[in-house]
Amino acid sequence: MFGKDGGHSPPLQQTMNERTLSMAEAINEAIRHEMRRDPNIVLLGQDIGAYGGTFGVYKGLFDEFGPDRVRDGPLCEAATTGFGVGLAISGMPAIVEIEFIDFITLASDALCNQAAKMRYFFGGQVRVPLVIRTPIVNRLGLGAQHSQSLEAWLMHVPGLRVLIPSNAADAKGLMLTAIRDGNPCVFIEHVRLYASKTSVPEADEPVPLGKLRVAREGKDATIATYCGMVKPSLDAAEKMAADGIDCEVLDLRCLSPLDREGLCASVRKTGRLVVAHEACKTGGAGAEIAQSALEGAFDYLQAPIQRVASKDLPIPTGKLQDVVFPSAVDVEAAVRRVME
Amino acid sequence: MKLEMLLNWYEQMWTIRLFEENAIGSYRKGLFGGSTHPCICQEAICVGAAAALESTDQVLATYRGHGHAIAKGMDVKTMMAELLCKETGCCGGRGGSMHLCDMEKDFWGTNAVVAAHIPIAGGVALANKLRKNNRVVVVFFGDGASCEGAFFETLNMATLWKVPLVFVCENNGFAISVRTEWAIPLQNIAQRADGFGLPGVTVDGQDPLKVYDAVTEAVARARRGDGPTLVECKTTRWERHSAISAGKYENEEEAMKWKRNDPIPRFETVLREQGATDGQLESCRQRAKQRNDEALEFAIQGEPPKPETVGDFVFA
Repeated sequence: MFGKDGGHSPPLQQTMNERTLSMAEAINEAIRHEMRRDPNIVLLGQDIGAYGGTFGVYKGLFDEFGPDRVRDGPLCEAATTGFGVGLAISGMPAIVEIEFIDFITLASDALCNQAAKMRYFFGGQVRVPLVIRTPIVNRLGLGAQHSQSLEAWLMHVPGLRVLIPSNAADAKGLMLTAIRDGNPCVFIEHVRLYASKTSVPEADEPVPLGKLRVAREGKDATIATYCGMVKPSLDAAEKMAADGIDCEVLDLRCLSPLDREGLCASVRKTGRLVVAHEACKTGGAGAEIAQSALEGAFDYLQAPIQRVASKDLPIPTGKLQDVVFPSAVDVEAAVRRVME
Repeated sequence: MKLEMLLNWYEQMWTIRLFEENAIGSYRKGLFGGSTHPCICQEAICVGAAAALESTDQVLATYRGHGHAIAKGMDVKTMMAELLCKETGCCGGRGGSMHLCDMEKDFWGTNAVVAAHIPIAGGVALANKLRKNNRVVVVFFGDGASCEGAFFETLNMATLWKVPLVFVCENNGFAISVRTEWAIPLQNIAQRADGFGLPGVTVDGQDPLKVYDAVTEAVARARRGDGPTLVECKTTRWERHSAISAGKYENEEEAMKWKRNDPIPRFETVLREQGATDGQLESCRQRAKQRNDEALEFAIQGEPPKPETVGDFVFA
């Protein structure tokens, strides 16, 4: 069902004989690898057992690790996440799946008031090795309660890491990082990227926390983006290259901690910045990213920063949703504005 | 039960009472800000329940949890220093009155969001079950928490998975200003267990022996692998929700109801029936007072945490 949109694979360098994996397979591989390495890791969630997860990310894990470690549970995001915190502080790293990021509201106390703060208010007496896996599920016509991008809410909570890959290779590396970090990490996936394939190293190569990836080098304008807008941004960049506009595309990969230094280095080079994300504009991650560039590279900016984002609206179903979400065309228009 | 052990309970009840009186006194003198939520008049539950546990069993409690911490063996010195936000406090002066913790004593902390610690306790119990380590978790909470979704979800999940967990509800009749009868359409909160497939019992929370008996049975059941029990302890709250509570009860008589239901004189009667002398009772009180005097002095002498350490302990 979700495999049709396979055209989202980013142009990572791919050589002959390298194997490719989809993002779903890459996440699965990272988790399987870590569960073999550490027998204490437990998966919690709904539909994660023999069913393999709502979007199939856990395929085969139930068979390999059994019902104690791949714990299919009742529908109760608050308690599931709370149980995850309890396992984590007991020294059993927990990976909790929230089926749609829209439902993170139901888990928010356990995540934001408990997991994020517990080590702090107990003066370092506990560790909270907890990973929350949750996908953005947009542009499928599922409507206002199943189509949001809520990453900015999570960035706003000190004590949480927010990881948000755009491709299979980064997904594997960032999942290894999230599990080994030993702190509360929200790992945001994307339903339209699950089937997209890239070359993924078989080796154990974690992606460093808070380090962006330069998805395309360029000298004229920087497009800072992540997750579902990386591919449209690269498409826009390729199109404009034909017109002699050379864009640099940054895949931020990690919103907290944010690679402010990497961002500013690019802006100092190009002098122009467009920020693109699928979340709605007001209070979005783009505001933080843009302001970080102002604080670190103001003197280099030759044009006002532009933001590409969804409209500040609930998301409708049907064709109407296309009016709300940004596209490669919007990215191109924004770049042309900063180039004026 | 041996008199010596009961005298120890009595001394613990006084240790808790005097700790809370010092907490209120220190707050009123301005030695610390925020607020504090005393468990005065609820000491019998803390002591009776803790006596039913092994030292390696884990306890999670609420912001009204100083008594549970003391009963679990925490040091009143580092507790009082934490209330006064000192570096010498059990959490380095970061947590304060509502966040006390001592993992070495298996007191897994107090929590300031009502009912939020209940599923966490469930997770700790699940870890015990998966590790087959024979430890049991006791989670304390109030009548207010028994209305929260996190509580119901945990009742369901913990019973479903038969984790070694004991729910101890301290029903003190009030959630800040909301009376239990305005919030809960049941005679007893223990009846909530009926719909979730676990045993529920209601006991007199002002009698530590009754609490001990009920929690002992619940702990044994949990340790056998038969799953959780909900133990409701009927009790009475100190005159206010917290040191800064604005609202008032309908009348002075109601505010002072706790003095009529005070578990300490009641337990004294039991002890005398068992042969305790005035001298024995007095020495228990004196030891409790001395410990608390020393704790307050220790707390006052401590230094506040250094500003440059404010970012410590966010991430491991």
